[in-house]
Amino acid sequence: MIRGEKLSKRYGDVTALSPTDIEISTGKITAIMGGSGSGKTTLLRLLAGLEAPTTGHIWYGDEDLCGMPVKRLYELRESMGMLFQYSALLNSLNVYDNVAFPLHEHTELDESVIGTMVSMKLEQVGLRGFEDLMPSELSGGMAKRVAFARAMAMDPRVVFFDEPTSGLDPISAGVISNLISETSRKNRMTSIVVTHDVDAGLGIADHVILLWQGCIIAEGAPESIRNSDDERVQQFLNGRPDGPIPFSRSTTSYIDDLTHKPGTVRFAS
Amino acid sequence: MSNLFVKQSATATFFGRLGRHALRGIEQIGDATMLGLGALSLFFVRPWQGKHFVLQLSALGVGSLIIIIITGAFTGMVLALQGYYTLAKFGSESLLGAGVGMSIIRELGPVLGAFMVIGRAGSSITAEIGIMRVTEQTDALEMMAINPKQRILLPRIVATTIAVPLLVSIFDVIGIGSGYIVGVELLGVNPGAYMAELVSTVTMHDIYGGWVKAVVFGFMIGMICTYMGYRSEPTTEGVARATTQAVVVSSVTVLILDYILTSFYL
Repeated sequence: MIRGEKLSKRYGDVTALSPTDIEISTGKITAIMGGSGSGKTTLLRLLAGLEAPTTGHIWYGDEDLCGMPVKRLYELRESMGMLFQYSALLNSLNVYDNVAFPLHEHTELDESVIGTMVSMKLEQVGLRGFEDLMPSELSGGMAKRVAFARAMAMDPRVVFFDEPTSGLDPISAGVISNLISETSRKNRMTSIVVTHDVDAGLGIADHVILLWQGCIIAEGAPESIRNSDDERVQQFLNGRPDGPIPFSRSTTSYIDDLTHKPGTVRFAS
Repeated sequence: MSNLFVKQSATATFFGRLGRHALRGIEQIGDATMLGLGALSLFFVRPWQGKHFVLQLSALGVGSLIIIIITGAFTGMVLALQGYYTLAKFGSESLLGAGVGMSIIRELGPVLGAFMVIGRAGSSITAEIGIMRVTEQTDALEMMAINPKQRILLPRIVATTIAVPLLVSIFDVIGIGSGYIVGVELLGVNPGAYMAELVSTVTMHDIYGGWVKAVVFGFMIGMICTYMGYRSEPTTEGVARATTQAVVVSSVTVLILDYILTSFYL
């Protein structure tokens, strides 16, 4: 069980995440959803230990990630994987070396064994035969699949997915969603998926957390989220422009700004 | 009264800005020192980064070789030309070898060599690390339980510290050799006099002094350029700004350190 306790994050004067309690069940897929700027990626990075929270604690079992010695943190990360929004493949390495990278770094396996494992992982994502390509030669969907194979290389127990389907065509997005779902269930992995793709999130998750302005506004099973009475939840799920979640982030009225600006035309009342 | 108020306000604003810049500068120096020392402290921590040191040494050192040879050759040639016409006024053309050798070994070799490494390798270090930040590659390393400070920063700092003295030595040899060709072959200075003055004037103390400068410059170039890349704003504009700053700050630092080290070694 991964547990966030009174987690918050501020960047200067901006509150990205208000104090939040969160629980991620072991062996389940948890989708963290919300609009742009709702704090979901911040929450994911906090849970992965890539950023330190302003307040609060992150518990992996009975170990607190905050203030954990670097050596222990890296030991823990050997059983984690992460798929980044823009894939984050190492530019100087080809597809094979990217997938083999964690195996080369953390195992003493023979190169032939590593080669077999890389082939298996690439076969799983449908890219066997593309080992020699460089990241710059891959399409967005292919890069995501290679990054998926790399995240799975060490057969992790916990995997973080940051916007796994964003920027992909529907087929590639479907492939990635299926991969997450199948691999998580088959390997009994704890998967934390950040997405604003409603179909993907509700389609694969066992548990959904919905964020708005850095606060959790709803959580539960996908069905309970779908049937929620909360106007904000329904507006997000159905993509309605009008509702309690405003589209505009401006704090002042545009008409007021125009009419009170010196030198602008005054309208007759 | 109101004028006085405006004047005071402008003065206060000026010193306020100055103070903020000074504080920011001190903060950055502290941050760079902590980051660099943090990376260096991982030198003896497993896993060893030997392969990456060699790769960086090859990329930074061998990659800068051509530009060092060209710069060294033309610096020696210009020094011989200028030195000959100055010394000829006093009838001391035979001292040309000593003049070229001392200038290159003590001063021009380390400084120009360092400038070339900054332009050729330092800027690429900053840009490469900055792009790794923008594209989350450093985060990916973190998540794969690989310390980016140990894997990315440390090999580059060590590589520049080793590469700069080696490149400066090559610069010195090429510079003195090309000075010989211009002085002896083109301007007619006696070859025996050129070599005799060179050997009798340049001491091991001068050569060690040049190497010490080169080692210090190489270390500082590595520290500054890796810091600028690692702390660059993760945007394309931020990486571009960091690369420019790395070149400017490294160059100015080399000149300041050159003065300090020269004052110790004279």
